[in-house]
Amino acid sequence: MRTRRFDLLLILPLAIFTLAFLLLPLARLGVTAAGGERGAMAFLAILTEPRYRTSLIATLLLALATTAATLAIATVAAQTLANRRFPGRGLLLSLLTFPLAFPGVVVGFLVILLGGRLGLVGSVTKAVAGTNVVFAYSLTGLFLGYLYFSVPRVLLTLLAAAEKLDPALGEAARSLGAGPLAIQRDVVLPALFPALYTGGALCFATAMGAFGTAFTLATNVDVVPMLIYTEFTLATNAAMAAALSIALGVVTWLALMLARLRATGA
Amino acid sequence: MGRRWTTWTGIGLTALLILFLTLPVLLSIVAGLSVNYARGLSAGLTLTWVVQVWDLYADTILRSLIVAAATLVLTLLIGVPGAYALIRRGGRVARLVEEVVTLPVAIPGLALALGLIITYGGFGTFRQSTLFIAVGHVLFTLPFMLRAVMAVLETIDWRVLDEGAASLGAPAWRRFVDVILPNIREGILAGSLTVVTLSVGEFNLTWMMHTPMTKTLPVGLADAYASMRLEIASAYTLVFLVMIVPPLVGLQMVAGPRRERLGP
Repeated sequence: MRTRRFDLLLILPLAIFTLAFLLLPLARLGVTAAGGERGAMAFLAILTEPRYRTSLIATLLLALATTAATLAIATVAAQTLANRRFPGRGLLLSLLTFPLAFPGVVVGFLVILLGGRLGLVGSVTKAVAGTNVVFAYSLTGLFLGYLYFSVPRVLLTLLAAAEKLDPALGEAARSLGAGPLAIQRDVVLPALFPALYTGGALCFATAMGAFGTAFTLATNVDVVPMLIYTEFTLATNAAMAAALSIALGVVTWLALMLARLRATGA
Repeated sequence: MGRRWTTWTGIGLTALLILFLTLPVLLSIVAGLSVNYARGLSAGLTLTWVVQVWDLYADTILRSLIVAAATLVLTLLIGVPGAYALIRRGGRVARLVEEVVTLPVAIPGLALALGLIITYGGFGTFRQSTLFIAVGHVLFTLPFMLRAVMAVLETIDWRVLDEGAASLGAPAWRRFVDVILPNIREGILAGSLTVVTLSVGEFNLTWMMHTPMTKTLPVGLADAYASMRLEIASAYTLVFLVMIVPPLVGLQMVAGPRRERLGP
């Protein structure tokens, strides 16, 4: 059939590109990971060797903490911004979403401007209390950086969900004597749950794979992406770097997959 | 009066969030334009640092523009026909193909870059060319082009348009170019702006893939953050901000509140 041939022509560039630059490299990644001196045991080494295990646990904890804090902050901000009209609201929402386009390195630098040696917080505390508080290169700085690129990612999704909330439900609960926390627990959070779920998964996956922020801040916490980079370039251990990449890719893909299955109710 | 304290806490927290997200950007702009950041604004404003950034890093700025343009052309050539084909076929197979081609959104850039380097590291000329960087960017941005175009295709009645044109005797290619494309231009525009924004800011893949001859702006930024004085690093960041604001503003104007989300 002629339309069939036309459809094939339409999809041909996409098929060639995907085969050559996605599927083949991913396959080679798998072969490389299993082709090192440890063989397929390289994947096991991620869990058994303390250096890799520590890094994996640290990254998981950082990503989970980032996700929890992001969701909490975004839930409050979304409810505050929803259904509240004020001049400059559109501009404000644009400003809040602009950081989405910042690469991780820039986010790291912004944290340095806040908490580095010449940072704003340091100069304020120096003027007030006489000590220059520097936190950019510590776990606090790393966490703030992760928060910086995570919140804008989920804020819009939660805002859309919060705007669909019927204010009458909250009013009704309040007139029945429910306190603000009970209203959050019984009325608001259940309604926001789908958005929290997808937003949380997105946030977690992004935090797991983030590289630039940790790279700029050079904290002594070795997140898995940093480990992949150092294994590949400094230790020239391509097999281990490949195994770590695959493990990381599987974790982030699973997180996003679970969120989508849940969201579509499949 | 439980409502009052929750409302005020909400407003307070939101204000703090807004400060947290915008203040560092303002600091960076001020630092890039001030004579001496440590001495504050009283030392005066200057464009010296921006000029120095141009002297030091002009090649990375130009290369980022070239890579973004090449990425855009390739994602258009690959993504627009591909999106149309996936919508035309529909069904399980198309869904599976879509799943595979949008994988790069779910896999960290570092992993993708490693795969590309392992596979094409032996092809010296290609490996060391700017095209290699562009291929990485296409890999990462293609899903966004596909989604933007497919989203619009799903809202229009492409079948009626296509059959109407066919009944007038137009061949398949002409129907695609003359009838379908004009009807999905909004999706193509939104996809293009997203691709350009993401390409100009891409770091994870590029940092792994670049050679000394193929540094892009974000790679140069990482270098400046590590080795240059704060004013130069800030001025360079300012150049980056100036570069991504036009496509971002365009994106907001095209898509309005329903804009495609950037990032995975």
